[in-house]
Amino acid sequence: MNTQELYQKTDAILARYGTEERSMIAVLQAVQEEYAYLPREVFPYLSERMGLSEAHIYGVATFYENFSLEPKGKYVIKVCDGTACHVRKSLPILDRLREELGLSADKITTDDLNFTVQTVACLGACGLAPAVTVNDKVYPAMTPDKASELLKTLKETL
Amino acid sequence: MAMANKQFMTVDGIPVEINGEKNLLELIRKVGVKMPTFCYHSELSIYGACRMCMVENQWGGLEAACSTPPKAGMEIRTNTERLRKYRKMILELLLANHCRDCTTCDNNGTCKLQDLAMRFDINDVRFPNTAEKPKIEDSSVSIVRDAHKCILCGDCVRMCNEVQNVGAIDFAHRGSKMTISTAFDIPLAESPCVGCGQCAQACPTGAIVVKNDIAKVWKALDDRGTKVTVQIAPAVRVALGRELGIAPGENAMGRIVAALRRMGFDEIYDTSTSADLTVLEESNELAKRLGEGKAELPLFSSCCPAWVRYCETRYPELMEHVSTCKSPMQMFAAVIRENNRTSSRKCVHVAVMPCTAKKFEAVRDEFKVEGKQDVDYVLTTQELVRMIKESGIMFRDIEPEAVDMPFGTMTGAGVIFGVTGGVTEAVLRRLASDKSNTALMSIAYTGVRGMEGVKEARVMVGEKEVRIGVVSGLKNASDLIERIKAGEHFDFVEVMACPGGCVSGGGQPFASNMEREKRGAGLYSADKLCSIKRSEENPLMMSLYNGILKGRVHELLHVHYHGAKQEDH
Amino acid sequence: MLKNRQDLIDLRAACRDAAKKQTRKILVCTGAGCVSSGSLDIYARLVELLRDRGIPCEVELAKDPHDDSVRVTKGGCPGFCEIGPLVRIDPEGYLYTRVKVSDCEEIIDKTIVAGELVERLVYKKDGKVYAKKNEIPFYQKQKRLVLEHCGEIDSDSIREYLSVGGYTAFEKALFDMSADDIVNEISESNLRGRGGGGFPTGKKWSQVKRQKATPKYIVCNGDEGDPGAFMDRSVMEDDPHRMLEGMMIAGLACGASEGYIYVRAEYPVAVKKLSRAIEQATELGLLGKDILGTGFDFTIRINRGAGAFVCGEGSALTASIEGKRGMPRVKPPRTVEHGLFNMPTVLNNVETFANVPSIIENGAAWYKSIGPENSPGTKAFALTGNVVNTGLIEVPMGTPLREVIFDIGGGIRGGAEFKAVQIGGPSGGCLTPEQLDLPLDFDSLKKVGAMIGSGGLVVMDSNTCMVEVARFFMHFTQNESCGKCVPCREGTKRMLEILERIVAGKGRDGDIELLLELADTISATALCGLGKTAPSPVVSTIKNFRSEYEAHIYEKRCPAGNCRKLKRISIDPALCKGCSKCSRGCPVGAISGTLKQPFVIDQEKCIKCEACVGTCPFHAIKED
Repeated sequence: MNTQELYQKTDAILARYGTEERSMIAVLQAVQEEYAYLPREVFPYLSERMGLSEAHIYGVATFYENFSLEPKGKYVIKVCDGTACHVRKSLPILDRLREELGLSADKITTDDLNFTVQTVACLGACGLAPAVTVNDKVYPAMTPDKASELLKTLKETL
Repeated sequence: MAMANKQFMTVDGIPVEINGEKNLLELIRKVGVKMPTFCYHSELSIYGACRMCMVENQWGGLEAACSTPPKAGMEIRTNTERLRKYRKMILELLLANHCRDCTTCDNNGTCKLQDLAMRFDINDVRFPNTAEKPKIEDSSVSIVRDAHKCILCGDCVRMCNEVQNVGAIDFAHRGSKMTISTAFDIPLAESPCVGCGQCAQACPTGAIVVKNDIAKVWKALDDRGTKVTVQIAPAVRVALGRELGIAPGENAMGRIVAALRRMGFDEIYDTSTSADLTVLEESNELAKRLGEGKAELPLFSSCCPAWVRYCETRYPELMEHVSTCKSPMQMFAAVIRENNRTSSRKCVHVAVMPCTAKKFEAVRDEFKVEGKQDVDYVLTTQELVRMIKESGIMFRDIEPEAVDMPFGTMTGAGVIFGVTGGVTEAVLRRLASDKSNTALMSIAYTGVRGMEGVKEARVMVGEKEVRIGVVSGLKNASDLIERIKAGEHFDFVEVMACPGGCVSGGGQPFASNMEREKRGAGLYSADKLCSIKRSEENPLMMSLYNGILKGRVHELLHVHYHGAKQEDH
Repeated sequence: MLKNRQDLIDLRAACRDAAKKQTRKILVCTGAGCVSSGSLDIYARLVELLRDRGIPCEVELAKDPHDDSVRVTKGGCPGFCEIGPLVRIDPEGYLYTRVKVSDCEEIIDKTIVAGELVERLVYKKDGKVYAKKNEIPFYQKQKRLVLEHCGEIDSDSIREYLSVGGYTAFEKALFDMSADDIVNEISESNLRGRGGGGFPTGKKWSQVKRQKATPKYIVCNGDEGDPGAFMDRSVMEDDPHRMLEGMMIAGLACGASEGYIYVRAEYPVAVKKLSRAIEQATELGLLGKDILGTGFDFTIRINRGAGAFVCGEGSALTASIEGKRGMPRVKPPRTVEHGLFNMPTVLNNVETFANVPSIIENGAAWYKSIGPENSPGTKAFALTGNVVNTGLIEVPMGTPLREVIFDIGGGIRGGAEFKAVQIGGPSGGCLTPEQLDLPLDFDSLKKVGAMIGSGGLVVMDSNTCMVEVARFFMHFTQNESCGKCVPCREGTKRMLEILERIVAGKGRDGDIELLLELADTISATALCGLGKTAPSPVVSTIKNFRSEYEAHIYEKRCPAGNCRKLKRISIDPALCKGCSKCSRGCPVGAISGTLKQPFVIDQEKCIKCEACVGTCPFHAIKED
């Protein structure tokens, strides 16, 4: 981690959103957009700049599902587990993806940092159930076999 | 009617006048009912999460008594079938997730969960015990955390943040994965924790407890070849608590001395004695800085190790303002070390303190000579109570005894060190040119006394008006510092990290606010009973300055703190 | 920049004229559903083809369009996601369904050039052909008020919104009404909050209006977190100005000059559309300082959620905007007194604000003429699950469930039987065939222990196990519990634990009673509304489908045949020849026997993977 660069980027983000507490979530989101996760080194820096304890910022970051404290894969695959998708059998899709990538509920990112597989609360694409997204692109009406196909295609682009 | 402008409501059928109570809990107390609560502390913000204090209103609705303000005409019941059912279920849910090895828990007997489980007659837990394996975090020399005894009431979090502004811990994660944690779950010793122990005071269960050094002390006592000396801090004597049959605030110093002697301590002293040294040194320092009239004002007191730690991590730039005086504990320890130089036996020095941060102070590098600590072990009042119990001494019946010579004289000035404002008052007694009794009285009424967290006073010292701030609670300290940074002038600021001072120290047995006030009052009456009120009049001082301290005042009584980074044990 | 009322009137008239002039329009649905099926490519292809053919085309509502030009618009979601991607051609109103890029050429050549219908692309049902959108049964019973512009206008263009009369209500409120008038009109209309509870909006506004403390805030709850609900998303993405207009009117009524929209993280497009809409309104001077010269200031900011369902709860939402953990706080004080930044706050959801402009424009009396007296207006529902026509619909309050599921929804997919519909998401309950004639409104649903919630309708057929449905919702709420109060944090965890063991065939006698006891404690004592309603799906399924629970617990059987762990796979001794093929393929060694004798499956060991079923050459292995 190049902390000098991290601080510079964080400074720019703070300049945009402000250092008041109310900016906390937007600031964390912006940092995460930059790094795809929240590097640990950003916490003491934000603590100093925003005048809030590190433990507090850690508490905010761990409260919200979207913040990741670990690097994510190049492809982030999200399987929707909303009601509609669930009723139309989204779990077997998740199982298949995890099986093929050797992932689980606890280990969500492959060691080569190529894939992350996670579930997501309803995407609001219930008409397309079951839905899967890859880096926020929606793939509708999935099946376990289609998921395997998708993985194959993604692997080819690596 | 004459009652026209009074407002009433009904609690369990009893009419109660509403008299500015913030919430139903306070009002319910007036009819003699103690509501079950986990997350309510009057000095903390309302959290409303344990849901134990629900009451039923006249329409059958339920309201949390902690967060509902009283309203005229309200009729509530505090003990109905529904409420009992819900309270039992909540307790059952908490217990299902909890380590239930009460007999081996540090807080056995003082645990609120245990108490309420007994009160509500919980005799079966229908859910599988999902308590995780004990997760003991003992990196801190002051306190020990055990996450699997935590009920997530958040009392510690609010204490650490709202009252102490330390922010070492906070909530992390959410839902059933929620924990109370440092940032990234780092060891407490690496966090901004100052070791004040107020979290342990607030914790209703055994999830945060004072680190226990009893065994080490017993070992030293059992070794005949070791000479064990002990000093007892002022605030300890008024806080032994109901467990030993002592009324809140009752001065039990004589009995403590007797008990310690029975346990085998060879020499027993009163830290009030060395507090006199602190008064003399700190007064000198203040007078000098006032006389020079330049920077480095205000002078901050340095007796409180949690405050010193807070200042060096949070405001390192202010360390120049912190008095170079060692705390009374460390001054005494240095004197005793010198006194023992000629002893042929191995010497161990123990300090009985109301304070968990003192455990940290004792291990600081600054207080080691040739690698050896001046204070070998710090016992908190809580640990003292346990040792007394363990030794089987019938504390109420024991005959009071006096401390040992050669350091056996103390003054009222030293005794009041244990309560907020006490250090300031003692220093002012020293600095006042008028040594009359009237002057003494007037110092007491300058505004330095009282349990308030922030007190301010203007006092004439010689020709000069001196502005004094007295704060307890680190949030109050940091607020005052911000004012000073914004340009307000103070000459002297006394800081005690615990709200109300050492009487409410993190190592004291738990006490209600009222009991804490009684402890403070106990110290002031001990002061009254002292024939000598001013430190400089302590005859021992003269002999110390002419003896052990001769030419070594700076070395033995002063310290220069190295900064935030400390080798942790 | 519009300086005064006349400027706004003039601009609106100009936009309206321009739109009228341009009668030939192609509307391509760019809702999430259709985009994921390639509608953006279709849009690009259509534009490309028009240009190739030399047909003048415009992608925006131009200031002065050619009479004969074709406007190609990204139209937002008309709601019928099932048959997307959708392309509509005006003025005929032809609706083409399941359009592919390869269909574009035919559409241009036949319909645009020659004015003919491409019949193979239109919606057909039961042998009937429905060429036009409004003829389709899915739309016929709907009354689209809040969603009226969804699928009709390009949400990226404030000019299009103006062309359909946008900001007329705001204009009226700003120039012709006092704050009291506005509050009275909304109170009189009996508009009730669409976020779930159905609290009267007018009452809320008047409470905030009464507060002396300033500044006050208008907060829009766009944290539509119920799994299976997406109507707010549609409004935010397809008609953002309507919602902004509602918030601005609220600002006028309550004396607030700052608005916040909290949009859930999963809706990045909504954030983009809303930002664009705010930008455009600000450019025109409809937002900002001294709006239209009246001295009224109003700005709107967007806060993006970060993934926490609980932030749909008012005090958790404001905590989140304040930058904190989204944990609800105890009340009192209420949000109207101490809301965002501890100041008086109006907090309404997207659909509620979107109702406001038409009430102000058409009056309370008009609004009350729609739907029942106590729940007037319409309600948008997300119709999903095992129903033929999934999508977004809007009906008058009080419409019977039967009409929604069978007339609009087209009945149950695959011809199975209707079993239940889950309404109100994880806070709601299920309705059964006996309740098909129940009118969908706040009070009727409350009476049967369900709630409208934000409006998710998940239809379930006879193959759905209701215990599993309850488990699913409990898993959701348990996972989304903020963890603050004991009953919700620990209680939902225990309820889930019990439900999990029931669906795994390990249920015990007394489990149903224990579930109900937990549910009672949680509903009575949880700190926030989400906690209090968390047990509803369980209570409601126990009430209506107790026998299913009993079958799982006492007979270790799933009547719907849904619970995998309760399946029993066995070998028919009459057919088994004892070849041992199955036992060699069993991954857990659950099959044993002597060669040439019938083999048996140890049910304790069997993991119901069904690997053996396919391997048996004699078809002797079956699920019981």
